[in-house]
Amino acid sequence: MGADAEAGMRAAGAGGGAAGGGAVPGAEAVVYEDTGAYQDGNALAGPLSEVFGVDVTRAAVRCTACGLAGPLPGLRVYAHAPGAVARCPGCEHVVLRLVLGNGTAWLDLRGTVGLRVPLA
Amino acid sequence: MGIVSPGFHGRRRQGDVKLPPGQYLTDDFPVLSAGPTPRVGQDEWEFVVTTETGERHRWSWREFLALPSETPTVDIHCVTKWSKLGTTWTGVSLDTLLADVETTADYALARSYGGYTTNLPLEDLLDGRAWLAYRFDGEDLHPEHGGPVRLLVPHLYFWKSAKWVHGLDLLTQDEPGFWETAGYHDYGDPWLEQRYQGD
Repeated sequence: MGADAEAGMRAAGAGGGAAGGGAVPGAEAVVYEDTGAYQDGNALAGPLSEVFGVDVTRAAVRCTACGLAGPLPGLRVYAHAPGAVARCPGCEHVVLRLVLGNGTAWLDLRGTVGLRVPLA
Repeated sequence: MGIVSPGFHGRRRQGDVKLPPGQYLTDDFPVLSAGPTPRVGQDEWEFVVTTETGERHRWSWREFLALPSETPTVDIHCVTKWSKLGTTWTGVSLDTLLADVETTADYALARSYGGYTTNLPLEDLLDGRAWLAYRFDGEDLHPEHGGPVRLLVPHLYFWKSAKWVHGLDLLTQDEPGFWETAGYHDYGDPWLEQRYQGD
């Protein structure tokens, strides 16, 4: 996945994160360079199946920022980081974060309206 | 599992080099990023300190460069286990930037272009221990490494040294940032191996 830097340039809103209240920095439009440094959502299949016990690559998510809905494999997963950060392909909002360490999984799903998981 | 248990395997520690526990030495400068790279031009960059009363102090790029700079050489330690020794930066000390800021805050939340945040005790930004760095190894700081300006707090794990820094909120109560709300340690002292909550 990923495009070259020029083709990947686009304007987008602030890319989510854990920003709480307070002042403005981060709330303005930001131009991003798409370095292609992400994988598709299938990269989450292993660790998420450990957490949920089901194959979540068949799950659907809906971004809380822009409302874009789609299958979990459509997310952009940045894994060269202290944890996995899955972003909306439409607006770069953080949909899901997963950190594994010390025998514990921290899963943050605040960026998705829900997670629809087929059970059969 | 590999995607969320990153490890950069450089040379193992040399006998005469003292590293924090669990760290490996590397000569590279790995690029870690939780998202796409914000491109912030120097002409549009600004740094904004917002106190607990809402008072704002703002520096444009030109005003920032007019401040006295320092050239610290420091060791840096990433929570993904690589350490890089003797890195040389050019930047402005937070002591300089905060000298005329009146505050009773005990905490700071660094905010970056792109939405990243990280929290620190305010005292960890003072007394010559933190900078806003705009050059690395004699060159302008590349966007991959946080340019045009990143926070540099080398005595804490490197996730505290926010790339693409845009501002600081000074707070009377601690407010966990991006990684601190996802399982990482609130403080992050590499010598105490404070990687995750509970360490």
